[in-house]
Amino acid sequence: MTTSASSGDTVTTDELNAFIGLESIPVTYDIERHAVERFAAAIGDFNPLYSDREVAESTSYGGLIAPPTFFRSLLPGEYPNDYPEPFAHILDGGSKYRFNEPVRVGDQITVVRKITNLFEKHGRMGTMLFKVSEISYTNQTGHLVATQTTTTITYGTGEKDSGVGDH
Amino acid sequence: MATTKSDSMPQSVYFEDVSIGDKLPDLVKNPDTRQLVMYAGASQDFVAIHYDQNVAQEAGHPTVIIHGALKSAWLGELVTSWMGTKGRLLELDVSYRAIDFPNAKATCVGKITDARIEHGVGIVEIEIGLLNADGVVSTPGRALVSLPTREIV
Repeated sequence: MTTSASSGDTVTTDELNAFIGLESIPVTYDIERHAVERFAAAIGDFNPLYSDREVAESTSYGGLIAPPTFFRSLLPGEYPNDYPEPFAHILDGGSKYRFNEPVRVGDQITVVRKITNLFEKHGRMGTMLFKVSEISYTNQTGHLVATQTTTTITYGTGEKDSGVGDH
Repeated sequence: MATTKSDSMPQSVYFEDVSIGDKLPDLVKNPDTRQLVMYAGASQDFVAIHYDQNVAQEAGHPTVIIHGALKSAWLGELVTSWMGTKGRLLELDVSYRAIDFPNAKATCVGKITDARIEHGVGIVEIEIGLLNADGVVSTPGRALVSLPTREIV
């Protein structure tokens, strides 16, 4: 519930650095029509490719697809060991997506996250930990449909935010 | 509601139609807290700063803040609604430089910075960004798309 990290301490310990290169336990999601519809409605994108089967079938896609950032809803699994998050608060630094194929309703997408870099910076908010992760999304035929490289920043002590461990 | 519903299928843009320096049609969003809750549920992002006023204020914000990933979704829509069904989004990069709040206008803009043919396919690079109500770019980024050519190759 609380952490002992204080500003000025080095948080990129050997224990933490051991997570660089470690892969999360794969999770496979069924891409369901209504989950895609709900996501499209939540972002406010009413493109019929995401919700109107008849229209989507008449296009070069041949059927319903998911919006490009629908991948955000496919949360990666846990790491084989508990990730020792030293901080309480989280900021999303950004994402870089590479899309190879669209995600179609009916696909099965397997998600694996790998930490590719961990580094710290010292600023106004004390020590901040930058975590760069590459998340791969592979479909049921074994094709890598997309990758998302994310940068998350954690900082500060105290009670941990809900959801701080999800990203 | 945060947005109005439109069932119109975007028309396809062809490579021959675009030039470096062209701007994409702006995409204007007026997010409310209801949309943030919808996005939290749809994306499984339950970080409390996006829906709990007390948590947001303890973190020094006047109110709850917009999910960065929701802003990237709008920037994705900016590009995909412009390119139409024959284009393909290849890359989308977004960085969250500043925080944005609901109940304020957010405008997604895009400008074509490169257009070239690679292996018979039109490749177009677009500088994208989300402007807050003061016109400041809070969320810069870039997108890469492929567009069909009219010529039969």
